[in-house]
Amino acid sequence: MSVARDAQAADDGARPGRRPLLTATGLRKTYGTTPALDEADFSISPGEVVAVMGPSGSGKSTLLHCLAGIVRPDAGVVRYRDRELSAMPDAERSRLRRDEFGFVFQFGQLVPELTCLENVALPLRLGGVRRKEAERRATEWLERLEVAEVTRQRPGEVSGGQGQRVAVARALVTEPRVVFADEPTGALDSLNGERVMRLLTSAARDTGAAVVLVTHEARVAAYSDREVVVRDGRSRDLTREPAA
Amino acid sequence: MSAPHPERPARSEHPARSGSAAHDPFRVWARDLGLGMRFAVTGGREGWIRTLLTAVGVGLGVALLLTTAAVPAMLQARSDRTSARSTDGSGAEPTRPGPHTLLVEPANTTYRWYDITGDLFEPEGAEPPLPPGVSRMPGPGEMVVSPALASMLADPADRLLRERLPQHVVGTVGAAGLSGPKELLYYAGAHGLSQYVGMTRRIDRFGGGFPQDPWTPVLIVLLVIVFVVLLVPVGVFVATAVRFGGERRDRRLAALRLIGADSRTTRRIAAGEALCGALLGLVAGAAVFLGLRRAIGTFSLDQTSVFPSDMTPAPELAALIAVAVPVAAVLVTLLALRGVVIEPLGVVRGATPRRRRLWWRLLVPAAGLAMLYPLIGTVAATGPASSVNRPQVAAGAVLLLLGLTTLLPWLVQTVVARLGGAGPVPWQLASRSLQLSSGVAARTVSGITVAVAGAIAVQAVFAGVAGQFTHDTGQDPASAQMAVDIPVRDGSQVKRVVGAFRTTEGVRQVMGTAESGAADLGAAARARDAARSGHGEQAEDDLSTTGITVGDCATLRQVARIGSCSPGSVFLVTGLYGSPPDPLLTPGHRLDLSVPGTPGATGDGPRPWTIPASARTVTGETDATGYERSGVLATPEALDPDLLQAPQARIAITLDPGVPDAEDLVRNTAVRIDPSDPTTTLHATQEAQRYVSLRRGLMIGAVAVLVMIGASLLVSMLEQLRERRRLLATLVAFGTRRRTLGLSVLWQAAVPMALGLVLAVAGGLGLGAVLLRVVNESVGFDWASVAVMAGAGAGVVVLVTLLSLPPLWRMMRPDGLRTE
Amino acid sequence: MSIGHTFLGLLESGPRHGYDLKRAFDERFGQDRPLAYGQVYSTLARLLKNGLVVVEGIEPGGGPERKRYAVTDAGVTDVEDWLARPERPEPYLHSTLYTKVVLALLTGRSAADLLDSQRSEHLRLMRELTRRKTDGDLADQLVCDHALFHLEADLRWLELTAARLDDLAKEVRS
Ligand SMILES: Nc1ncnc2c1ncn2[C@@H]1O[C@H](COP(=O)(O)OP(=O)(O)O)[C@@H](O)[C@H]1O
Ligand SMILES: [Mg+2]
Repeated sequence: MSVARDAQAADDGARPGRRPLLTATGLRKTYGTTPALDEADFSISPGEVVAVMGPSGSGKSTLLHCLAGIVRPDAGVVRYRDRELSAMPDAERSRLRRDEFGFVFQFGQLVPELTCLENVALPLRLGGVRRKEAERRATEWLERLEVAEVTRQRPGEVSGGQGQRVAVARALVTEPRVVFADEPTGALDSLNGERVMRLLTSAARDTGAAVVLVTHEARVAAYSDREVVVRDGRSRDLTREPAA
Repeated sequence: MSAPHPERPARSEHPARSGSAAHDPFRVWARDLGLGMRFAVTGGREGWIRTLLTAVGVGLGVALLLTTAAVPAMLQARSDRTSARSTDGSGAEPTRPGPHTLLVEPANTTYRWYDITGDLFEPEGAEPPLPPGVSRMPGPGEMVVSPALASMLADPADRLLRERLPQHVVGTVGAAGLSGPKELLYYAGAHGLSQYVGMTRRIDRFGGGFPQDPWTPVLIVLLVIVFVVLLVPVGVFVATAVRFGGERRDRRLAALRLIGADSRTTRRIAAGEALCGALLGLVAGAAVFLGLRRAIGTFSLDQTSVFPSDMTPAPELAALIAVAVPVAAVLVTLLALRGVVIEPLGVVRGATPRRRRLWWRLLVPAAGLAMLYPLIGTVAATGPASSVNRPQVAAGAVLLLLGLTTLLPWLVQTVVARLGGAGPVPWQLASRSLQLSSGVAARTVSGITVAVAGAIAVQAVFAGVAGQFTHDTGQDPASAQMAVDIPVRDGSQVKRVVGAFRTTEGVRQVMGTAESGAADLGAAARARDAARSGHGEQAEDDLSTTGITVGDCATLRQVARIGSCSPGSVFLVTGLYGSPPDPLLTPGHRLDLSVPGTPGATGDGPRPWTIPASARTVTGETDATGYERSGVLATPEALDPDLLQAPQARIAITLDPGVPDAEDLVRNTAVRIDPSDPTTTLHATQEAQRYVSLRRGLMIGAVAVLVMIGASLLVSMLEQLRERRRLLATLVAFGTRRRTLGLSVLWQAAVPMALGLVLAVAGGLGLGAVLLRVVNESVGFDWASVAVMAGAGAGVVVLVTLLSLPPLWRMMRPDGLRTE
Repeated sequence: MSIGHTFLGLLESGPRHGYDLKRAFDERFGQDRPLAYGQVYSTLARLLKNGLVVVEGIEPGGGPERKRYAVTDAGVTDVEDWLARPERPEPYLHSTLYTKVVLALLTGRSAADLLDSQRSEHLRLMRELTRRKTDGDLADQLVCDHALFHLEADLRWLELTAARLDDLAKEVRS
């Protein structure tokens, strides 16, 4: 996680539309007989915040899972930088997720037994960083996300908004190139939701991370640079298509 | 609490408002219990699974409890039937033949690894008694057999058995005369039995005699401990089974509590749920037991088989189980519910649980010790079995073992609280999770803790008292594997007998001696005179005798250190066991080879023989059959075996290990000479039968308990994993390695297990030590077997953890990320 | 709402009398407020002047009612542009949007595309407001939030309509 990379990424972020960081073409995924994705395309450039919108059950989460290498698509290609993510073995995708991606989900994502600090330090430690160092960096991120006061508390003892900010800190602590956020504000009221979004997007912009933001809330999507609508497993990039 | 509020009459229907419905406690109870039962069966798939798991768990426990409850009655029924057919003398047998008398010679034999019970019958009158289960007396050349033996005899693969028992089968022995359905038993008709030869007895009815090999007080203590050690884990298991899925249930109840249900309502609902599982379990257990009971007649384990009708629990015990299991289920539930009742929020939000207190947890084992302490040194090796205070022993042991389950949660909590979050990630995940749910962790291993502790204790006691029940036979199976003792008519027959074994296939070497007795020539004559004048018995009893052994030099070399030997040599062995030299055994002494009063002796005249002057005094030796001789050892050239009166052919046989059926071939040769099967297989040690069967029962039970506990461990492990499904999926999403999660699961299982085993070893050694003192043995432990017991416990946990890994991998798939 | 564009759209399915146009308009879009005759003819006159419609034929007898109007190619293009052009997000937009959706369905154009570009336009504005809010003081924030909540309501309506397009199409074409 060199400073140089961050700086460059931040530059990229200022000018979306450069060489894309993560692209997906012709993604298909079927669960049983339910088609979750049907020829979905996607692309995101370094530093870009892209909202993925669409009705519930339209395949947003499935798209995010495919993009992040959590789920292998039935057909189609996911390309991260110069490598084909959809063809990598599981161990390698795990490593990628550990080192270069960050995740925020709607709820239930913090390990309830660990303190908030330990939760934030966890991805670093999984990546082999020593505990002291990991916790030092975790503390910084907790402060940055304005939740320094819950450092020693367990997730069960903090509010939903605090918990979600801890989760954002955990997603960003490894300074990932891509943050995947699936309904990160889904369980929050608007004030807390906005606060989480403000902190998430500004921190991402600072570190140059691209953000894939799955949401069905327009006010949350308004924090993005661009949005993609998924309907019945098909994606449409509305910003790219000029309103003819 | 008293009268209903007039202004809110309608509210009592609402479950959360039970307080206002208190005017009709019966209806409140019925409603809440019913609600709980409905939760138990209608809680969706999860609810069903949970109830089913509880029912299966409780069912297994109940089946085991019912089986155990049936054991005393079963033992009683078996021993009733075997003593009813006993031919053992009670000392009051008729001394002369009559119309109702029967000569009986035990003719037990062994075929392969099967022990076959048998008797030879020779009626002396027209109306001999019949053994139970037999409708007609077999004549000579005929026999009646048990069904199991009949089918074995019919099997062409068992040709050697058919040769052993060539008699014509004329009937079967009914159930009334058998200990179990698979018992191998025959009664054969014979003729020419003599009351004075071998073990033959005259009886006029079956069922006399004292029970052999009785229950000693020490055995009673062992029996009680075995039962305790097997049943306490079952109890703990049932208590665990009732709590299957308890976490989810707790959360649901906490939610009810949050929306306003009072603590009593919550308890009642939980009780209803537990009751439902327990009742289903009771039914399932009864069904399993009945199935087992039906099946049990069809197989035998280690030559023991049981009639289904014998496996009937005492009604009061069955009733006790039927009541105690549901009651215990409810009690355990209520006890476990304290956390929910006091802190509903904590359960919902997973806050740190309360600190456990030590003092009352120590009370339980302390009470156990207090009960056992007064018994120290009171249980003797011999004496009436009733001298043992069984309830006190049982209660003491039960309390001590249960004490471990009360101490364990405290121990686990205290230790894991100190673990801290240091160490690698899997360790951190495991230790943190243990800190938050130390109770669950303790509960999952408490069954195994109790089982291992009990096993260690009981093993220690078994090892301690083994000396009382195992004795050295003095036999040397390395040099000879079988011994045959056959009474023969005269010395020349010994040669024939030895020849018969020599030519038997599978025999490598045969050593045979002809043995009889002799008395001082003059004394024998005086005794004969006295007998003629009517008071001979006293004189015959006073007659001092010595042994005579005739064999060739090679054979004699096996029984004494004779030095040089040639045909015609005679040796004297005297002063056996440090007794003074026998005055009869001096060279030149005149002996009478016909000892007056010898039962069954033929020809009453004196048979004088003089010890040759060349006879040397030598030291005797124990032969391979464990027998040590004294008296005259003579070569056949010095003493013609034909002179011996009613001699005994004493034969040691060395087998060819390359012939698999050698033992049975030897026995077949033996029964052709003497149908009562005079052979024995040599063993260095011999163990008391009851002791052996008790230990065997313990082994079977211990395995069953371990398997059951392993199963429950697996269930609760999977359940814990399922609870964490979503979390696991999240961890996988951000790139956690499988190994990391697998290790954390392993640690999470291993830490409580290690603590449980430490406690188990400590508790087991403690209980073992106390019990050893109770039975008056010095305290000492066989550390290897302690390690084996602890290892078995650890093995179960490791196995279960490994078994839970595949489901863990499956749960780590991204499906868990779905929000429904 | 643009009555002129609506007329052009209605004329796409075939020439009509002014009176027919008024009736068709009232049926579909004039729930609360029927068109006045004066407005019908002034609108048609404006369209005629701009060359978007032509008088296709006059029936004997004279009087304005007897003129039949037909849409010109320029008129079709004009409707097309109007439908494709997202409305500037502003309050009480729904009647215009509704008219556009129905017209698109009536004339066999893609109503989904129309809705999508409209939502895109809404979101663009929301993004702008969000940016202003993030940089601004509390007063700015409150003002922006007010606008944002309204826009969000519109956007929800757009989404809901998009989800119900199939039903709507059935109803319109029946
Ligand atoms: N693991 C799964 N198993 C079966 N069906 C699934 C699974 N994940 C998603 N689906 C189905 O795929 C479709 C798209 O789901 P999802 O991507 O979660 O939609 P969204 O996130 O937009 O609500 C839905 O119909 C859903 O039921
Ligand atoms: Mg989703």
